[in-house]
Amino acid sequence: MLHNDTIIALATPSGSGAIAVIRLSGKEAISIASSKFKSISGKSLAKQKTHTVHLGHIIDDPRVIDEVLVTVFKNPNSYTGEDVIEISCHGSLYIQQEIIQLFLRNGCRMANAGEFTLRAFLNGKLDLSQAEAVADLIASDSEASHQIAIQQMRGGFSNEIKHLRDELLNFASLIELELDFAEEDVEFANRDEFYKLITRIINVLKRLIDSFAVGNVIKNGIPVAIVGEPNVGKSTLLNALLNEERAIVSEIAGTTRDTIEDEISIGGIGFRFIDTAGIRETEDIVENIGIKKTFEKIEQAQVVIYLFDSTKFKSLSKKFKVELEKIKNKYPQKPLIVLANKIDKIDDSQLAKMQEEIPEIKLLSAKSGFGVEQLTSTLLNLINTGALRNNETIVTNTRHYDALLKAFEEVQKVKYGLDSGLSGDLLAIDIRQALYHFGEITGEITNDDLLGNIFANFCIGK
Amino acid sequence: MEHLYKMFNEVYDVIVVGAGHAGSEAAAAAANMGSKTLLITMNLQNIAQMSCNPAMGGIAKGQIVREIDALGGYSGIVSDTSAIQFKMLNKSKGPAMWSPRVQSDRMRFAEDWRLMLENTPNLDFYQEMVSGLIIENHKVVGVKTSLGIEVRGKSVVLTNGTFLNGLIHIGDKNFGGGRAGERAATGITEELVQLGFESGRMKTGTPPRVDGRSLDYSKMIVQPGDEVPEKFSYSDITKPLTVQRDCHMTHTSPLVHDLLRDGFERSPMFNGRIQSTGPRYCPSIEDKINRFADKDRHQLFVEPEGWNTVEVYVNGFSTSLPEDVQFKALRSVAGFENVKFFRPGYAIEYDYFPPTQLKHTLETKLVDGLYFAGQINGTTGYEEAASQGFMAGINAALKVQEREEFILKRSEAYIGVLIDDLITKGTEEPYRMFTSRAEYRTLLRQDNADFRLTPKGYELGLASEKRLRRMEEKHSKSEAFVDFFRETSVSPEDINPILESNDSAEVNQSGKLFKIFSRPNISMDDVRKIEAVENYIQDHNLDKEIIEQTEIQVKYSGYIDKEKNNADKLNRLENVKIPSNFDYSKLKSMSIEARQKLEKIRPVTISQASRISGVSPSDVSVLLVHMGR
Repeated sequence: MLHNDTIIALATPSGSGAIAVIRLSGKEAISIASSKFKSISGKSLAKQKTHTVHLGHIIDDPRVIDEVLVTVFKNPNSYTGEDVIEISCHGSLYIQQEIIQLFLRNGCRMANAGEFTLRAFLNGKLDLSQAEAVADLIASDSEASHQIAIQQMRGGFSNEIKHLRDELLNFASLIELELDFAEEDVEFANRDEFYKLITRIINVLKRLIDSFAVGNVIKNGIPVAIVGEPNVGKSTLLNALLNEERAIVSEIAGTTRDTIEDEISIGGIGFRFIDTAGIRETEDIVENIGIKKTFEKIEQAQVVIYLFDSTKFKSLSKKFKVELEKIKNKYPQKPLIVLANKIDKIDDSQLAKMQEEIPEIKLLSAKSGFGVEQLTSTLLNLINTGALRNNETIVTNTRHYDALLKAFEEVQKVKYGLDSGLSGDLLAIDIRQALYHFGEITGEITNDDLLGNIFANFCIGK
Repeated sequence: MEHLYKMFNEVYDVIVVGAGHAGSEAAAAAANMGSKTLLITMNLQNIAQMSCNPAMGGIAKGQIVREIDALGGYSGIVSDTSAIQFKMLNKSKGPAMWSPRVQSDRMRFAEDWRLMLENTPNLDFYQEMVSGLIIENHKVVGVKTSLGIEVRGKSVVLTNGTFLNGLIHIGDKNFGGGRAGERAATGITEELVQLGFESGRMKTGTPPRVDGRSLDYSKMIVQPGDEVPEKFSYSDITKPLTVQRDCHMTHTSPLVHDLLRDGFERSPMFNGRIQSTGPRYCPSIEDKINRFADKDRHQLFVEPEGWNTVEVYVNGFSTSLPEDVQFKALRSVAGFENVKFFRPGYAIEYDYFPPTQLKHTLETKLVDGLYFAGQINGTTGYEEAASQGFMAGINAALKVQEREEFILKRSEAYIGVLIDDLITKGTEEPYRMFTSRAEYRTLLRQDNADFRLTPKGYELGLASEKRLRRMEEKHSKSEAFVDFFRETSVSPEDINPILESNDSAEVNQSGKLFKIFSRPNISMDDVRKIEAVENYIQDHNLDKEIIEQTEIQVKYSGYIDKEKNNADKLNRLENVKIPSNFDYSKLKSMSIEARQKLEKIRPVTISQASRISGVSPSDVSVLLVHMGR
């Protein structure tokens, strides 16, 4: 009764697993699911009975995303009491995200914290004594997700969204100014300026949305250059990272013979690991070319991992330190992670000496897996703390993605309206919708904001 | 036998205190609904005074007047009969923005109101200052006057305007008064505060009135009315103007600003004597030059006060600067070189009661049967006041008659937006309506107020059956005409020349007229060039109103439908009621701020709760859970 839209979310814990379950609930759950599902039997999902399971494919025409099992629950016999579809898909983050995004683009809304449970309660599926528990759940969940969101919004993303919202608010105020204060002696901004602003907003939104699309992250994942000698354990490290995440995304042969690029999704973010040769000083022309290439790769990368073999630290520590200095001097802004591999093969005194000489060192045993988790969290932290913002803002939160997508749709309508000379009151309908979706990311916005903005900036009143 | 000689023997159903725009509508509504009504005011010569500008309507305000008229109130009719100029503002924008406005003959406006009230059954009049209320067990049972007379009543509507402890400022002088030349009302605020009401102070101002014979209009820009004037009332009682009076416009200058600035230190606004809040959108001239110092001129509108009087209203020159400064500065304005003052401008401070203390019916939460309307609620404007008075009068009558309360939703009327904003959010400055305050303004148009509200007015017993029939005919005729556009196809040969001349893409095959007509740059005048359309209009004898209504319904159907959808969503939340005794303190999972706000406002529905600032979407979810759906 309250919500009649269809919501979607991952029902299994987030992260990769053998399988994942994605749940849709709402009036249009079945029709939306059936529009993107092709069953093996050829039967339409819409015509199936409740509590039935169907094998088939989720298709983003013409692309097949995954082979899945779809379970149909018809209201009122479902968890929420509404029509519910549960999609059991393969567990990789990439596939989960692709499926969720496909449905977000096709009429679903990302569920709020505790919303499935809330709907279940509102539809009489839970008894009243559970009310307080549900309420607590909503409150604590939304707090937790709020904190996560704030964390993710630190740095580039929040600035960019805030900036866009301010600009759009200004735009909306100018439109409202024309409408509510047409009689006043104020200058109205011209439509060309509006048009430029809207075009700019569209471009930024597009970029932010693209930054999220996992498919794109595969192509343009965050480049991480691994600098290290051939036998230092680079491929073991990459395998260890893959193991950790169990989500191999792709393996692309490098453009040159001596670089291999591996795409690995960590915490839903694509990282592109670029293998490079070392950078030691040499007289050899062929090797010099290799070193030059290494620097080119470091140049392109957003993160540098310097990997060395700790069993060789004793003999080569001077060389390592020189190389590290070189990288730091050349790229002072670039995040640099220093990794000492094969620490299982050295004794404690060697370890202590190494840590003393290079304090920022991180320890790793790619073979045993020790230190891999620390590495992945270090990488993710770089994003969350905005250390990588100097280049591109990246949207990492599905909820934000959903809001950006909806804002984008509305802003497109505004642009169309401007193209066809639509009057301000009608433009304002779409602008308000867009502002509403920005508000879902940055916090509330009310009409009072608009009027406040007008009164602060224009001399109004006879 | 003694009771025969007692002035007020009977118990009134509704006693209305104050006879401004709010009080007059309240009295008319209650009396027309069959309630025995008494209108008490300090001066019966000043019924429905226009204390500020001689005009009704304007952007968003014109829509309110149309709504009052559609429901069966008097403001629209009186605005028509006393109009000296009509303008439909914002005509270049979408139809939701079209806003009727009239310049009024101030004296005729007041006279027509008084005559209409005198012709209203069940309505008695009495002139005296009400100095207190009679309250028994948290229920109002009457009023006391300054002469000590007690009048018994089952309900009381307070519409005190700027009179409660009114204090007028001109330069460094100030004196008690409710309006220029009238005294302030005392006693009521103190009594209400003692009863537990919270009160505050607000400020507003008005410009000087001058002698039109002393002005040189040749130095000003003429501002005529519309060539084809329309009118406010949906009824056929009134007719559009055939003759109109012009207004004029002139500007201030840097010299004028300098002269005004010289008086700043004697300005009560700047020396701290006035501390209460004035409206940001209706600033005094000193405020304008102070806050927007880079603007070297401001518009002044020179508005005649009536058909015959020479008095002129200087709109845009609201001020509380010393009268000598006002005079000197105005004399430097083009056209005003020889101006003679009728009276200087002034600022006035007055008491109001934060409207969050009211229910949607405008009845106070603290005292049963007591209603507030108009500036006492922190609003400004005749139209805002009139609509509140009207709603309070209706609800007072309904309560006494033990009928169900009458509340307009935000998606139904600007009046609904106004009252919901007031009681849910309160107001920090005098509240004026703007179209941007209405989230569904595409639905709340001046052209369809009758569709929206006349059936309700009829049900209340306020709108006549004749009004209802007129509305129904307009509705069915325009619907049929819309259907005609839906069903009629047009061939490329017929439509392409029209499309071409409007720079609109041509079509290759026949299609429904509706689709073509929906294009932004195709108007009714364009489609009338098609024979079938023109023939339909002639055959069905369609008037201007119906043709215009049809055009709006076709051209804006997409937007209207979209807003209707959004409004439906809101209405679902509107239907989830919160019990009036709900204990918010048990909602441990909600923030303390949200709980306190909810406790104070006590929203009636989940929807209203969601509009309170400080109540987050997750608080609303928690609330929903506790409502048990």
